[in-house]
Order: sequence, then C-alpha cells, then structure tokens
Amino acid sequence: MTSNLVIVPVLWQFLIAVAQMFSWFNPRLQRKLSVSGNVIQVLIASWLLTEVYRQGILTMNAGKWPAPFGIVFVSDTFSAVLVLITSISGLAVSLFSLANIVEARMRFGYFPIMHLLFAGLNGAFLTGDIFNLYVWFEIIIISSFVLLTIGGEKPQLEGAVKYFTLNILASTIFLTAIGVLYGLAGTLNMADLALKVAAIPNKGLVEVTAILFLVGFGIKSAIFPLYFWLPASYHTPPAAIAAIFGGLLTKLGVYAMLRVFTLVFFEDPIIDTLMIILAGLTIITGSLGAMVQTNVRKIFSYLIISHIGYMVIALGIHTELAVTGAVFYMIHDIVVKTNLFMVSGLLYRVQGTHHIDRLGGFYQYYPRLSLLLAIPLFSLVGVPPLSGFWPKIDLFKAAYLEGGSFITICLAFGTVITLLVIARVWAEVFWRPAENLPERPNFRFWHLFTLAEKIQYITPIALLSAVSLIIAFRAADVHRISQKIASELMNPKNYIQTVLPDKSAEQQ
Amino acid sequence: MPLETGFGNYMMLIAVLLGGMLSLFLVIFKDYLRDGFSAFFFLVPLAVFTYFAVFFGSEVPALGLVSWQQGMGVHFEWRVDGLSRMFALLISGIGTLVFAYSHYYLKGHPEKFRFFGFLSLFMTAMLGLVVSDNLIMLFMFWELTSVSSFFLIGFHYEDRESRKAALRALTITGLGGVGLLIAAVLISTVTGSFSFQALLDQRETVLASQAGRIAFWLFILAAFTKSAQFPFHFWLPGAMKAPTPVSTYLHSATMVKAGVFLLLKLYPIYSALPVWKPLLMTVGGVSMVYSAAQALFFTDMKSILAYTTLSALGILVFLTGIGGNEGLVAAAAFILVHALYKAALFLVTGIVDHEAHTRDVTALHGLRHVMPGVAVAGAVAALSHGGVPLTFGFIGKELMYESALHAETSPVPIAAAFITGLLLFAAGFWVGFRPFFSGREASHTLKHPVSLWLQLPVYVLTAGTLIFGIWPAGAEQMVHALVEAAGRDTIKVHLELWHGFNTVFFLSLATIAGGIVLYSRLVPGQSIALKVEKLSYSSVAIYEKFLSVTKWLSRWYTDILQNGYLRWYVMTIMVFLLTLVGYSFYHGVHIYIDFKKISEVTLYEAVILLLMIFSIFYILLAKSRLAAVAAMGVLGISISLMFVLYSAPDLAMTQFSIDTLTVILFVLVLYKLPRYINISSNVVKIRDAVISLLFGLMITVLCLEVINEPVNREISEFYAENSYLLAKGKNVVNVILVDFRGADTMVEITVLTIAALGVFGLMKLRLKDNEKTWE
Repeated sequence: MTSNLVIVPVLWQFLIAVAQMFSWFNPRLQRKLSVSGNVIQVLIASWLLTEVYRQGILTMNAGKWPAPFGIVFVSDTFSAVLVLITSISGLAVSLFSLANIVEARMRFGYFPIMHLLFAGLNGAFLTGDIFNLYVWFEIIIISSFVLLTIGGEKPQLEGAVKYFTLNILASTIFLTAIGVLYGLAGTLNMADLALKVAAIPNKGLVEVTAILFLVGFGIKSAIFPLYFWLPASYHTPPAAIAAIFGGLLTKLGVYAMLRVFTLVFFEDPIIDTLMIILAGLTIITGSLGAMVQTNVRKIFSYLIISHIGYMVIALGIHTELAVTGAVFYMIHDIVVKTNLFMVSGLLYRVQGTHHIDRLGGFYQYYPRLSLLLAIPLFSLVGVPPLSGFWPKIDLFKAAYLEGGSFITICLAFGTVITLLVIARVWAEVFWRPAENLPERPNFRFWHLFTLAEKIQYITPIALLSAVSLIIAFRAADVHRISQKIASELMNPKNYIQTVLPDKSAEQQ
Repeated sequence: MPLETGFGNYMMLIAVLLGGMLSLFLVIFKDYLRDGFSAFFFLVPLAVFTYFAVFFGSEVPALGLVSWQQGMGVHFEWRVDGLSRMFALLISGIGTLVFAYSHYYLKGHPEKFRFFGFLSLFMTAMLGLVVSDNLIMLFMFWELTSVSSFFLIGFHYEDRESRKAALRALTITGLGGVGLLIAAVLISTVTGSFSFQALLDQRETVLASQAGRIAFWLFILAAFTKSAQFPFHFWLPGAMKAPTPVSTYLHSATMVKAGVFLLLKLYPIYSALPVWKPLLMTVGGVSMVYSAAQALFFTDMKSILAYTTLSALGILVFLTGIGGNEGLVAAAAFILVHALYKAALFLVTGIVDHEAHTRDVTALHGLRHVMPGVAVAGAVAALSHGGVPLTFGFIGKELMYESALHAETSPVPIAAAFITGLLLFAAGFWVGFRPFFSGREASHTLKHPVSLWLQLPVYVLTAGTLIFGIWPAGAEQMVHALVEAAGRDTIKVHLELWHGFNTVFFLSLATIAGGIVLYSRLVPGQSIALKVEKLSYSSVAIYEKFLSVTKWLSRWYTDILQNGYLRWYVMTIMVFLLTLVGYSFYHGVHIYIDFKKISEVTLYEAVILLLMIFSIFYILLAKSRLAAVAAMGVLGISISLMFVLYSAPDLAMTQFSIDTLTVILFVLVLYKLPRYINISSNVVKIRDAVISLLFGLMITVLCLEVINEPVNREISEFYAENSYLLAKGKNVVNVILVDFRGADTMVEITVLTIAALGVFGLMKLRLKDNEKTWE
C-alpha cells in the first residue's frame, strides 16, 4: 500500500523545529510548541501503527520516483512501533526539558535541534534506502553533538569530542560499506539490495561488506570493543539530553543491525558467530563496568552497554524466536533507559551530585517518590512481572534451543549483575543516610523548586513508568506484536514485494 | 480433578492478592492513618487463614485458572493440595500472629505502615508461590518474596550492616531466582508449556531429556539458595538484621522454607533420579550438623536462632532427600513442628529484646520474675526444640530418627541426625530457658507489664506445640495430605506418641540426657566464634573476599579498556576492524586486481592528489592543533576540487561548505582544550603509522576489488535515460541530487543548518554560574 502517512512523523518534527526557529527569541512559545507538538506526534505515530496493522506494510516514494530509482520510505510494523515508542519517549523528554534545561540553552536552539533529532530518528526508522539511512544517521550525529555541547561546559566538551570523533568514524565505516555495496550491487534501495546481493557471485566480498556494516553499526550501538564513546559522554550533558541519548541512540544502531542483517544480507554463520561472541563480551564488559562505577549516570551508561548485548546476541542466534525476544527487549529498553536518565536528573536536582557515595537518604525523605523511581529501576532488572522480565523468556528459550550455553550463561550473568547493581544503587542512594547537601550557592536544589517545576520533573518520569507498567501488564500483546515484527523481519518477501511490486512479479 | 471456575476461581485470586491490596492501600493512605490502626491488620491474614481452613478439605486437590498473558502461556494457574494447603495455612496463620505482634512491637515507629506494606506484600508473594501451578507464576512470586525480603531486611536502612545484609541476601537468592527462571524455560521446551501439571504428566520425557536434567540442577540451585543450604547459607544469619517479627515470619517460618517447598513439589518428578537422595542427604546433612554446632558459638539469642533455623532447614532437605513415605512424613511433620516452636522462640526473643533492650544470653537471667507467662512459653518452646515428650517436637524428632535410621545401611545419617538433635537441644535451651530460669534475681526490671499483643501470639504457638504433642492425631490429617500431595501416592499416615521401646526411643532419651549435660556444661560465650572469625574460613568471609576480588578485577578490566584516551579508542576500533576484515579477506576473498581497468591519471588529478598527500603529511607533522586543522581544511577543499573535475559542482559546493564548517567547529572545540603537547614516543609513532598504513591499504584493496566486480547498471542507466526526459535536467548528477534523491539533499541541508546553529551556540553562549549544570 502506498500512503503519504509514512512520512508524516518525520515532516511533523521538521515542522515543529521550523516553527520553533521562527520563535527563536521566545523560549516560552518554544516550550509550548515542543510539548503540544509531541503530544500530536504520539497521536500521529499511533495512527501510523494502526494503519500499518490494518493495511500491512505502507510505502511512500519520495518525489514519486518509483523504487528502486528514487528514495522510498517504508513502514512495516517494526518501524511503526519504534516510531511510536520514540514519540512517547520524546514527549516525556519534552516535558522533562521544561524544568531541566535552563532558558539560556533554549535561547540557543535547544528545542529545534531536539526536534530535528527526533525527525532524524523517525526518518532512520522509516527509510527503505540504505544511503538515506546514512543521511538520517548524519542528522542524528550532528544534532546530538550540538545538544551535547550546547552550553559549552567543560565536561560537556570533553565528552563531546570523544563522542563526535568515534561516531564520525562509525559513519565513515558505514559510508565505506555503502560505497562497496553500491559498487557490488549497483543499488541503494534495501529491498532491491535484498534481491541483488543474493545474486552477487563474490560471496567473500559480500562478507567483508557485512563486516563493515557490523562494525559501523556496532560503534553506534556501543558493543564490545567499540563502545568507548558512550561511557565517555553520557554523563556530561543535562539529564534531558542524556535521556534522549540513553533511550534511543544505541537502539538506533541495533535497529539498523536488525534491519540490514535480516533484509539485505543473507544469513552468514561467520557473521552470526561473530555477533554472538561480541554481544556476549558486551554483556560481560557492560556488567563489570556497571559494578565498579560510582557515578549513577555512568552506572546506567554501562548498563546500556550490557543490555545492548542481549539484543545483538539474539540477532546472532538469527531465529524468529530470538528476534522476537530482541524486539520485545528493545521496546522495553527504550522506555526504561530514557526514564532512568531522567531519574538521574531528579536525583541530581535533589542532592546536587551524581556520586553514589554522596547521594543518600532519598527513601527517608521522599518515600512515595522513591516508590515511583523503583518502577523504572526494577523494570530494568526485570523483576517479574515488570517489563524487563517478559522478553527474557524468549531470549532464554532461544538461547537454549537455538543458541548455546555461552549465550545462556552471558544472559544469566547480565541478569544477575544488573540485579546486583540496581540493588546497590537502591541501598546507596535510597537507603543510606543522607549527607549534607554540597555548598552550591548558585544551584537550585529541589527544595527551592516551585510546585510547577516539581511537577515538570515528576510527570515525565511517571508517564514513562506508566508505559513500562503497561508493557508489563499487557506483555502478551507486546509479545504478539514482537512476534509479528520478528516474522516480518525473518521473512522479508512481503516487504520486498510491497516496495518493489513490479520486480518481485518479474522474479516469480 | 474438577477445575474451579467462576466465583471460586476469583476467590483464590483475591485471597492471594489480599496482602498486596493492603500494601497498596498503605502506600496511598499511610499518612492519614493513626498509629493504632494497625491493630486491625491481622484480620487480613486471618481472613486468608479462614479461607484456606474452611474451603479446602484435603481429600481432593482443587485447581483453577485465571488467564492472564494469553499467548505466552503465563496464567494464574493454581492448585491447592495437601502440600500447598499446609504452607498456605502456615503463611496465613503465622502471618496473623506476626501481624498482631508487630502492631505493638513497632508501636509509634514512624515507618510502621511502610513495614506493614512490605510485610503484607510478602504475604501475597508467599501465598502466590505455594498455590501457583504455573512455573512462571511460581518464579514471579519467588522473586517477589526475595524482593520483599530485601526491603524488610533493609528496614533499618540507616544501619550499614542492614544494607549489606539485604544486598547479600538478594544477591544469593537472586542467583537462585535466575536459575529457577531458566529451569522453567527449559522445562517448557520439553513439555511445551509452563504448566506444572504438564511437567508432571510428562515426567518421563522430562527426565529423559537433556533440558530436563539441566533444569534439575537449576531447580536445586534455586531451592538451596532460598533455603540457605550449605554453602549458600551465609545470607540467612545476616538477614536477622531485620526486625524480629520479620525474622520470625520470613526467615524462619515461611520464606526460607520455599526451597523445601520447591523440592517437595518436584519430588514426584525428580526423586527418581539416582542423584536425588545422595545429593539432598549430603547437603542437608552437612547443613544441619554444621549449623547446629555453629549455633552454640553465639550469645545473641537471634543469632543462635538463626543457626538453629539453618540446621532445621538442613534437616528438612535431608528428610526430603531420604524421601519415601517415611522421609516425607518426617519432613511434613517437621515443617509444622519447626514453624510452631521456632516462631514462638523468635517472638519470645522479640519480647525480651523489646523489654530488656538486649538479646545477649549472658546478660539475661531470672526473667521469670518479671514475665512469668512468657517464661513458661519460652520453656515449652525450648522443650519442643529439644524434642522432649509431650511436645510436638518429640514427634518430629522421633520421625526424623526413624527415617534416618532406615535411610542407609551406614550409620552416618543417624549419627548426623543424633548429633544435630543433641546440639539443637542445648541451643534451644539457651534461648528459651536460660534467660528466664537461670539465676535468682531478674537481670532487668520492667516499667510496665508485657503487652498482651506480644504475649498472645506466643501462647497460641506454644498451645499448638502442646496440643499436637499430646494429641498428634490432630496433625495427622495435614501431614497425611502433604505426603500424598508430594508423593502423588495414597498412603496411610499414623502419628503416635508412643512407639514402644525401640531404638528410636532410646535415641530420643539419649538426646535428652546428652542435651541436658551439654546445656549444663557449656557456658555461652563468643570466644570460639571470635577465633573462628579470625580464621576467615567462614562462607561470609569467602564471599566477601570473592566479591572484593571480583570488584578489583572488574575495575582493572574496565579501566584498561575505558582509559580516557581518545587515541586508544580510535586505535582499538581500527585494529579491530582491520583484524576482522583481514580475516575475512584471508579466508574468503581471492585478491585479484586488474590494473587495466584503472584509468590513467590526468595532470589535474595528479596535482590535487599531491596536494592531498602533502596536507596529510602536514597534519601528521604539525606542531599545533590549529595548523593541523587548517591542513585538514586543505584536504577537504582538495576533495571538492575532485568533485569539480568530475563535473559535480553541487557536490563540490556541499563538500566545500561542510568542510569549512567542520574546521570552524573544530577550532571552537579545540579552543577550550589544553595546549597541544606531543607525548608520543617513536615506538608509538611507528605503531600508529603501521596501523594507519594497513588501514589505508585495506580500504584501497577493497576499492580495487570492487572495481573488478561486474556492475549492475540498472539504476544508473535509469538516471541517465530519464534525467532529461522526466526530470528536465541536463546534468545527471544535479538531477540525482535535487530530484531523484532529493530527500537526501534536503536532510543534508538540515545537517548544515544544525551545524551552523551549533557553531553559533558554541561561540555565543556562555552560561552564567547559576545556569550551569555542573560545578
């Protein structure tokens, strides 16, 4: 089915950004535009998902140039679900920004750039063209770089240099891979690539290309041993920005892997084994890292790395069951990780530090708030019946039936260490008696906040916690959607047929 | 077996969730409740107790199912049989007493309602655990008991030791929890569902399968961690940091028995494995003897009780291991016996602690004068603990000796059981007897008499001990039902006070006599415990050591990788990519470069190439960052010139502007960095040069290889044919950029816009101190 609805989530974010640029000197209007715009974005995304659910895969040929000659935007269930989850997280971040981002930053384009970042994410999820995917990656890198540096505080810049350098390196590798692939197949449309890559006689070169993609996306999704940029930068920007990053950027890399390695490339045991080994080491490295950090943000950063491993290892198993688990985990993870970084922002606001040894007493003074924060924390651990638990059933099952004991051990290791780490965070941050607040005359502590500001901090956390709970208690539905996604990914025939109706007819 | 539907089905759901509802109610309304309100809370477990006592006769197991996660096979499948009924009654019954007791015990405590919130949440978790007949539901409630136990152990969270103990308990039980989850998943791969009934129906298949056998070990891990078997036992004594009612309820009467419960539930499936009996008997046996001996190293009443509890759990595992009718009957009876006397002793300890503000048995004596009722109750519990006739403990001990005697031909089991009995006798007397009946004078005086809220629960428990002791037939039916449920077999159980003059009876007498001697000779003191601690052989010490070594190693490993040097990161990534691509080339690509396909180099190209090479070397040798960045600009502009040569002015323009912007951005960022110093040694420089050259070589070879391949010209031909006809443009490259692939260009323009905004912000925005996020 062709439908222009596919591109609306991207254009809408562009529109918000443009409108905000026109109100450059009016941060108040920008805030309103951001929040109301993202509310509408959630509605658009829900509409898209419903349409995809009703009509099947939707496509849109940019400039009406038929695929594979022009750029095609495609929304299958996977894309539509990710757009929806991104939109919900985006709404939460918009709300959280209201009080978390100082007006000075807003005067320098915080909001428009954030919306362009969302446009980039939606574009990346929706495009059906590999070069276009690269272009969306560009917009994401540059806008995240600007968001990372905006304000120009020293730690920000230090983190940003590492972030930017390594991500540009990733883009270069990605671009090289595209170049090689184009040289081999002569096309950029992913559905067309699926047909043509299969016909390339030189399988060795195809494998080299696949490795280039794996490393390029591997840097993006922060797998071992390519993750360095993440712990170097995620603790440096304000919490709202870190929340977007923590929730979405690495998952974009995983999305790209899932897409490219199920659609474009045929199953290659060497690539799969490589993925499993790397992902296993990612889980272990991330877990060990999280155990020894003392900055809550860094703890969460390492947990991101660790959990990326769950999804990549499942892709390495390369079966429908495993991919179901990966997709389910991804849906859960985006929401929870976004939320965690907002939680870190709240903790920082209350006590003026991220250091685990100087935080404390939260439970004593804010018992109800603590219970709210317990939802994302324990969802992350996967304490049943919270959201992190459900995908593990499929992951473990796939690990046993189709993987191997290495995978099972890695998953179990990650699970136990995550539990340990979060329990430690709970004990140190929430239980341990509070220290005196640091002397920071210029810092506005939580108790100096107005009620409105407090609400602006808590609402988005509550919103995403509620989403996590919905994922948990409607697990069977999320599971069904994940299954559908996995089946679409693993049997791309329908995708190819929808994008290239003439060609696939020719082939049969 | 009839499947409950409709009302009865939902009744069960409500009964299980009642505690959770109370918990939720407390979260919302706790600030509006007066302290005295908690006097009503015991009605909740009482209601549950009544429900289980009244509605479930034990002859027919009742089953039901409330569907939940349709499609994932996870439903609230419940089953009440003799096994789960006895546990449910224990949970709700002792729950009732503990709730009532806590009402007064925590009188005026600012966090009393929080305490009750977790306690009632725990009750729900524990009830859910014992009635679940679905492996995932079982796991879910299992984890919930661990989590609520974590919060309850950490109730005195301001105390460092409490936090540590809570963490330790959660880690160990969490480890078992993951085992349980994997076991459940493994089982489902054989039976096709998470239903426990399915597991039971297909037990032969399960036993024959690899998954089923791995699952067995994981189940064992779960059971042993939860029921604190050696060598996982050490979390339990630490858990005694929790308030005494919690120790009574979770860490003695119910939660720690969840592991035994699991073993009993799995008995019909796995007891057929030859490893079952020796494994359980050994681990249980070691646990029971070792812990009973350790109990006498302490003077703190709670610590003594903690170790005797460990010992009792060992006994239960030991008896489950012996199995058969005798073993199961003994285990079933002992669950009840232990719950009654141990809960009483814990509650007594709580009273002493509450009134005298110490639990040190060496500092307490003669308390019979100030709390006579409690003293009698304590003594009865101690007698039962020691297995003296006319208490229920006697029955329990007789059954244990009997099954230990018949378990093996070797005398080891009965010897172990006998030694345990002896040691437990003395330990029980230290706690239940010594503080009250030794010495003439009371060590402490009370300001007011002990509240009935504290006393009554103790009396109920001791009355139970006495009633079943004198009239064991009263407990017969419950034990019988449990054994039938666990053994899945119909048998006849007969509990009797008098078995005649046989070996077991003489062993019992010997235990009592020996126990009295031991008690009168052994003076409580911590000297041995202190010596033992110095040896650091204890599991806690080993665990702590392991933890600190792991932490040290993780720190070393993490810091080696994440060392803060960008150049190291870049190098790692490049070497990694080189290795992978190199390997792939090596094993799969036939390297063949056809130089004929490469066109000749024109003069312009040569000049630009030289310019590029020159600027690259300039960057490498530059002494300042600024110069390097400028040279990089030259490189970028050379690339745009290349585009000009290949008649793509648009690309050239884009490249030109992007490059200019990049340079500006770089300069701005560099401006904030410290001065450039060259710290690389020559070795490092050579290393870097080698890596770079190899990387360049890799890309070159790759490009040349690709040129060799046949090209599919479908797309480019379409562009060439249609750019004028359809898109009305004469320059194909232009048309591709602005029309065929216009979307790319639009996004790239946006990239430029954002970059420009970023530059603007970096140049202009200086945050004031009160706007900064960081110090």
